[in-house]
Amino acid sequence: MRRTPTNFETWGVTVVAVLILIVLPGLNAFTPADSFLHVSDFSIGLYGKYLCYAVLAISVDLLWGYTGLLSLGQALFFSLGGYMMGMYLMRMIGDLGQYHQPIPDFLVFLGWSSLPPFWKPFSSFPFALMMIFLLPGLLSLVFGFLAFRSRIRGVYFSILTQALTYAAAILFFRNDLLLGGNNGFTDFKFILGYDLRNPATSRALYLATGLLLLGTYLLCRWLTTTKFGKIQRAIRDSENRVLFSGYATSSFKLFVFVLSSLIAALAGALFVPQVGIINPSEMWPDKSLEAVVWVAVGGRGTLVGPVIGAVAVNWLKSWATRAYPDLRLFFLGALFILVVLILPGGLVSLPARIHGWWKHFRRPPEPAPAGAKSAAQPSTLNTQLPP
Amino acid sequence: MSRVLLTVEDVTKTYDGFRAINNLTFYLDEGELRIVIGPNGAGKSTFFDLITGRAKPDVGKIEFDSDDLTLLNEYAINRLGIGRKFQTPSVYLQLTVWDNLRLSLKGSRSVWSSLTRRVPSEQADRIEDILKLIRLDAKAQLPAGQLAHGEKQWLEIGMLLAQDPKLLLVDEPAAGMTDEETHRTGELLVSLAGKHSLIIVEHDMTFVRQIASQNRTVTVLHQGSLLCEGKFDDVQSNPKVREVYLGRGKH
Repeated sequence: MRRTPTNFETWGVTVVAVLILIVLPGLNAFTPADSFLHVSDFSIGLYGKYLCYAVLAISVDLLWGYTGLLSLGQALFFSLGGYMMGMYLMRMIGDLGQYHQPIPDFLVFLGWSSLPPFWKPFSSFPFALMMIFLLPGLLSLVFGFLAFRSRIRGVYFSILTQALTYAAAILFFRNDLLLGGNNGFTDFKFILGYDLRNPATSRALYLATGLLLLGTYLLCRWLTTTKFGKIQRAIRDSENRVLFSGYATSSFKLFVFVLSSLIAALAGALFVPQVGIINPSEMWPDKSLEAVVWVAVGGRGTLVGPVIGAVAVNWLKSWATRAYPDLRLFFLGALFILVVLILPGGLVSLPARIHGWWKHFRRPPEPAPAGAKSAAQPSTLNTQLPP
Repeated sequence: MSRVLLTVEDVTKTYDGFRAINNLTFYLDEGELRIVIGPNGAGKSTFFDLITGRAKPDVGKIEFDSDDLTLLNEYAINRLGIGRKFQTPSVYLQLTVWDNLRLSLKGSRSVWSSLTRRVPSEQADRIEDILKLIRLDAKAQLPAGQLAHGEKQWLEIGMLLAQDPKLLLVDEPAAGMTDEETHRTGELLVSLAGKHSLIIVEHDMTFVRQIASQNRTVTVLHQGSLLCEGKFDDVQSNPKVREVYLGRGKH
């Protein structure tokens, strides 16, 4: 069989999937805590967070790398998914909060004695799950419909998405929205009856995130091979040509915008129980910009790139925060500048780059061009000299 | 007597007070190949923009068969059977030549029907036929970005053919081509006349002479209006045309 890049990618993804889904949780569950092979509960929680970010990064790349739509508000859909899950988790606290009331603490603090009506159905997990799809899906459908119908393109689309997430953040900061204001939701206790402090629950959430990442990857990989995936890239390269070929490009862009908002929302829904908190700062524009940076660092227009970028940047961030707390922002800035300058294709283009450099240095300069050059230089010199 | 396919009557289009198209009337018969010439700024591109829905006229009537084109947008007009080739080759650079043609093939344009990897065999056959016609069969799996300029022009013509339109609007097909490529392009376009209707905008007079053979009509636009219309030789000897266009170089 030929060793094509696609085959290489399939093998790489298979190995990494086995590592993430079997080896790491296995080492966490079945090795003693003092073994050097042991993966700590803390690490599993951290990796689970990285995997959520990786899913968010794929959703950004589906828009930016594949369709040419640079969304600077993707963290909004991630946060909305998180908030819907958060509402369910808040209901599951029951009367174990600080005030020992059957309603969330912040509502008691705001003077509520019974649950506001819109909170009631969130004690049902299926309802919360439905809302994780429905709220971000409807928002992206309406916003995308209006934006694409009005032919808002390029940088105007980016600015508009950024404004949307900024507006949402300001809205969610308000206490009278009854969603926790600037503190958001925290102090979660149970999910589906399982204790969130139990390592087995963390492991299960981590595994669910791993499966979501794998599923997202496979779905997007399939999508890129369909006619739809080709139209996506055609819109990126020459939207007018697509429009004048009879395709309603706005419908195609709307489809991919809604799909990517749903992917981001699912990632956010799994993020919240693992980090134990959701508040409006997750909607702040810099969160969406960070996700774009992950994609740029990893390699846009590929599916593996965003995953590598999200994990690499966040790992670097965690490491730098511990090792050089004062310098961590410099590390991130330097990484971004270096990648843009030296590796415009992102980290995924590194092997091909190294291969290119290697071939360049291994092979001695070919005699013909070298000879022609050295012969040409004196002759130009000669012609410039006065006779 | 052949049937009128495209009707443009008393159309005016202004941009910020500039009359890009000024009270223009134009008819095209079914199966006709019409050549439109005119100096820069004569309104040729705006003329195509108005037919394809990229721009809407301020006043006037534009009809295709019995459909009012001024009410429709770009993709709806394309679906009626009007294909457009842009002046600068506009192909999907990152997709293969084969995929470029596949996306252009006549057929469903809906999102849901595009969620498939399957290419029906009759579509694949049609793509092979077009590849041979535009002489790119050896380069079918190359990204279109790697093609030479002339090849990109041919690919875009092929993409137009794949749509099987009733009317082809072709903007400067010979731009950037060698003499031999230009001649072949001319042969291809002439061979399409009859089965399809064509409007060809062109600057290259050798090329115009080639495709205007068999007593085809040449329309001359000047400052957004019709200057004159007639056979190539008559147009060429028309003093008004010589003044604004052909004779300009002799001043």
